[in-house]
Amino acid sequence: MSILFTNARLIDPERGETRGALLVEDGRIKAVIEGGELPEAAEVIDCRGHCLAPGIVDLGVKVSEPGERHKESFASAGRAAAAGGVTTIVTRPDTLPAIDTPETLEFVVRRAREDSPVRVLPMAALTKGREGREMTEIGFLRDAGAVAFTDCDRVVTDTKVFSRALTYARSLDALVMAHVQEPGLSNGAVVTSGKFASLRGLPGVSPMAERMALDRDIALLEMTRARYHADQITTARALPALERAKNNGLDISAGVSVHHLTLNELDVADYRSFFKLKPPLRAEEDRMAVGEALSSGLIDILCSMHTPQDEESKRLPFEEAASGAVGLETLLPASMRLVHGGVIDLPGLFRALSLNPSKRLGLETGRLSKGAPADLVWFDPDAPFVLDRATLRSKSRNTPFDGARLEGKVLGTWVAGRSVTETR
Amino acid sequence: MTFRARHLLGIEPLHPTEITELLDTAQHYAELNRQGRAPRDVLAGLTQINMFFENSTRTQASFEIAGKRLGADVMNMAMQASSVKKGETLIDTALTLNAMRPDLLVVRHPNSGAVDLLAQKVNCSVLNAGDGRHEHPTQALLDALTIRRAKGRLHRLSIAICGDIAHSRVARSNIMLLGKMENRIRLIAPPTLMPSGVAEFGVEVFDDMEEGLRDVDVVMMLRLQKERMDGGFIPSEREYFHRYGLDAAKLAHAKPDAIVMHPGPMNRGVEIDGTIADDINRSVIQEQVEMGVAVRMAAMDLLARNARAARQETGVMA
Repeated sequence: MSILFTNARLIDPERGETRGALLVEDGRIKAVIEGGELPEAAEVIDCRGHCLAPGIVDLGVKVSEPGERHKESFASAGRAAAAGGVTTIVTRPDTLPAIDTPETLEFVVRRAREDSPVRVLPMAALTKGREGREMTEIGFLRDAGAVAFTDCDRVVTDTKVFSRALTYARSLDALVMAHVQEPGLSNGAVVTSGKFASLRGLPGVSPMAERMALDRDIALLEMTRARYHADQITTARALPALERAKNNGLDISAGVSVHHLTLNELDVADYRSFFKLKPPLRAEEDRMAVGEALSSGLIDILCSMHTPQDEESKRLPFEEAASGAVGLETLLPASMRLVHGGVIDLPGLFRALSLNPSKRLGLETGRLSKGAPADLVWFDPDAPFVLDRATLRSKSRNTPFDGARLEGKVLGTWVAGRSVTETR
Repeated sequence: MTFRARHLLGIEPLHPTEITELLDTAQHYAELNRQGRAPRDVLAGLTQINMFFENSTRTQASFEIAGKRLGADVMNMAMQASSVKKGETLIDTALTLNAMRPDLLVVRHPNSGAVDLLAQKVNCSVLNAGDGRHEHPTQALLDALTIRRAKGRLHRLSIAICGDIAHSRVARSNIMLLGKMENRIRLIAPPTLMPSGVAEFGVEVFDDMEEGLRDVDVVMMLRLQKERMDGGFIPSEREYFHRYGLDAAKLAHAKPDAIVMHPGPMNRGVEIDGTIADDINRSVIQEQVEMGVAVRMAAMDLLARNARAARQETGVMA
């Protein structure tokens, strides 16, 4: 079975943008054709001059199975991913119960295989029950398919426990992902401290809490030499520390959610709980600094931090409302704001969305070169639309982009050369 | 600009002329109250429900008296003892009450923004009686009326607000109101009780009482919550009183005719010396309580008028 994509803007994160055609055979990219004769193929897709890029690898997606399937299932998350050009979702273990044993991990792998049209790679908890006391069976979990280890938004506060877990993970070459937020400062806070927090009378956390946590973790990395990924770097103050750690040769990478790059604290406005995130939205200067860091490559990975919450958990006073936003379907169009705003170019964007997460997890995906898996997204980067959250495929529709004007529409998604595009 | 709003949720959205209209109406009621001639027909036939999700004897009583003086049917709901305990959400509680068709809901809630949320879900007028650390509009209005009566004006005054500003909705609403009316505002507090980013509010910030009180016309003291006294935000009650409690020596730095205010209830010997609180030449604390009733009568009167006008505009029979 072969497919020929013609007349495409090929967005290659490694070599830049070219015009041409792409031949896919047996689930892999057979050839990138930039001119001359086009080969024969069973199916020909005319990309009509729009973009063809490696499918997005979204690191840190919450699928609420097991425990809260009414919020999101593998079937609904998979459909949302396919609609958003996400070809691999890397799931978080902050489910009920937490994914902290090989048995629960096998459940996830099996459910994902049965129900999801896109690839699903699970992460597992770093400590049992995500309680920060005892490490999980990192070896068994890795053998069962865990691609990284994380306690998600819970920080392992016991430094001894964390340093041992890092040391042990290092021996297995396992990646540890951590939430960087000093809990002593952030407990009870729901927004970033400053004028806006004071105006609204909401408890705020200093942006310094992020740098403090990152500084601690960097010191532990010098000690343990573990492989480490900071889930979301969202403040300017944390960036110099990250840069120094990279220059010092530590095995560290960092991510950021698209929400922190496209929204700021003022979007909370009159207590809009769909804008309540963890960490909270930041000041505009932070948003801009983090955007530059993504563009320069200091921040490696751009993700959605997809966190489904039902209406009930959001329709509460702001302090009591649940945190998080869904993002699988809006990741690409929201990210396009960065491209249209001149912050980053398309190849740079797909380094952050596809190539870098693939490299960090040791995957072959994320590339548009011969031999790579044919995980592809075809999209019109300029198509404008107003998002109506009622149209989202996610079971939970807690998006901060409801009613927002976005540009960039996914026209088709392929996983291993097979179309997963839903026709509706 | 006249006050046309459906709800009174905060001072922030009000225009100075709306504030003046509210104060003028309250001044009118203050006079009628003193003459014992409050008109019982203003809110006659209207139902006022006081929903207090946080205990408050004084404010609740003030709203109850204000409503009754204008002839409203007033009902108090002790929300802490009711369905909230059974797990009902705020929105469901609001919808349930809404179905009973009240005309005025007076709401106090421990979470900032909760009253705004509730107001979005009901058809009647909502009056914010304090939400978390956010706003307490009728307190700011009664403070403004008290100042205006004592000083003869509500602009170009130098006003110090002292104490636990970080946790105070009274401070926020007062900063908004007094700022809109073009006064100089000085905030005085230990840095641990000062909100972040406060310098951007267009105020002067002090951590020294004597310096902050220099030549002010008005000294507003704030209540220090008991649970914040021991070690968390300040070292101790006695150190706080020594450095920030209002006594004669500190007050001497203010103008000789400066007035002293407190939203109550007072902690004598913590934030204020008892003799100052009781000094009838300086303290207007009792007058604040009196103006509280008048301001709440005015607010409810105007909200009821606005609701009537809105109904007539849409052609629905009142």
